[in-house]
Amino acid sequence: MLLHLDFASIFAAPNLKHLMWGVQYTALLTLASWVIAVALGTVMATLRAMGNPVIERFVAGYVAYHQNVPMLAQLFLWYFGFPTLLPDSAQGWINAHGGEFIFASVAIGLCMAAYYSEDIRSGLRAVSAGQHEAARSLGLSFAKSMRYVILPQSFRIAMPPFINHTVVLFKNTSLAMAIGVAELTYTVRDIENQTFRTFEIYLVGTLIYLAISLGLMGVGAAVARHTRIPAK
Amino acid sequence: MLDILTQNAHFLLLGQYPSGPIGGLALTLILALLGLAFAIPLSLLLALCRVSPYRVLSVPSTVLVYIVRGVPLVMLVFWSYFLVPGLIGHLVSAFTTLVVTLVIYQAAYLSEIVRAGIESLPTGQTESARSLGMSYGSTMRHVILPQALYNMLPSILSQCVSTVKDTSIGYVISVQELTFSAQQINASLLTRPFQVFLVLALVYFAVCYTLTRCVQGVERRISRRRASGKMSNVRSLINDSVLQS
Repeated sequence: MLLHLDFASIFAAPNLKHLMWGVQYTALLTLASWVIAVALGTVMATLRAMGNPVIERFVAGYVAYHQNVPMLAQLFLWYFGFPTLLPDSAQGWINAHGGEFIFASVAIGLCMAAYYSEDIRSGLRAVSAGQHEAARSLGLSFAKSMRYVILPQSFRIAMPPFINHTVVLFKNTSLAMAIGVAELTYTVRDIENQTFRTFEIYLVGTLIYLAISLGLMGVGAAVARHTRIPAK
Repeated sequence: MLDILTQNAHFLLLGQYPSGPIGGLALTLILALLGLAFAIPLSLLLALCRVSPYRVLSVPSTVLVYIVRGVPLVMLVFWSYFLVPGLIGHLVSAFTTLVVTLVIYQAAYLSEIVRAGIESLPTGQTESARSLGMSYGSTMRHVILPQALYNMLPSILSQCVSTVKDTSIGYVISVQELTFSAQQINASLLTRPFQVFLVLALVYFAVCYTLTRCVQGVERRISRRRASGKMSNVRSLINDSVLQS
């Protein structure tokens, strides 16, 4: 089995093109869900810092739900379940515009937003209260002191877990194959079914995932080193 | 929605048991427990290899951990689906495939936690144990590991909760666990996917949230104990006439 490696059929023109599409879809899905997750995570962490007990309770519930339900179940709920609540015209529009991809980015984005908001929250708590008081007493509004003083510092403090969760997000995009998004894992399975070169195509797919994950970890470590707040 | 839960409660909890193979939530929990039962000892071994001074042990274990951390769980499942029969020479069930994958995956993550626990202890602990004449092995066993594992208990436990969630990947290789059962119920009802998958999410939530709360309880208890422990240490130092003189 291991002695007769044949990569030729995998790297033949149609399959290689197919594989590259898979990589591209994985990258797009990662990017789309990352943008949703970071934006929503930041908003939720900020809202929670405002100290309103109702909002606090709501965000805590959101985080608990998304951290305690498997992402696969969340994907199914979004992809199979959610559209049935919409009117027919909206369902038709979504199906015509790549529903799998939209719902996969939404599901992964909303789920990872819970993790990011916890990272940023722990960063926010690490910024001393004096910073906030000083910003406010200089005349900055709550929003401005958050935007210019508190959040930049807490992002820098939260960088290491933030990067870890970005790698997790990237890896979890592979779950989207279960709802038929033609990303890398899906493509790998597809090519396997066509060529039966199981070992070779899994090896190629795994190496691509590994290269991107390790790349993210490496770049992340460099960014974390660069943005780390030096000890006083 | 409630009727889906009540009508399919038995199927969601136990699958076709007792007239068929066990499935549903019961199988999810069996998978998680079985996975952890093998993953925890393996993770200790991996962590000890990673901190070991011998490169023969530390290099392969580091490579293994990085590979597992860098590859999606689904890909690992496919690998074991294809490699395990090749390695042991006969076909194995999807259940065994999933357990093997979970063991390797969780062992890698748990070993990172254990290693962090070992490395966060002050080096004075090892140095003093060694200078008391303890061997490397007995230093690890009696001094380092008890402290490292105790400090890391909350992280280890929350990783265990993740294992319950990770079993849902069994769906892609048709292991009849909770997610697969829900998908089957959905296929027979056809018209109410939202309700079915909401029930699925809520069942997972009920189980995992309960476990998470227990972990938080343990965490609070440890930090309280540590806080009071430090106080008593300080107090005993102050009262120690030998140290004060």
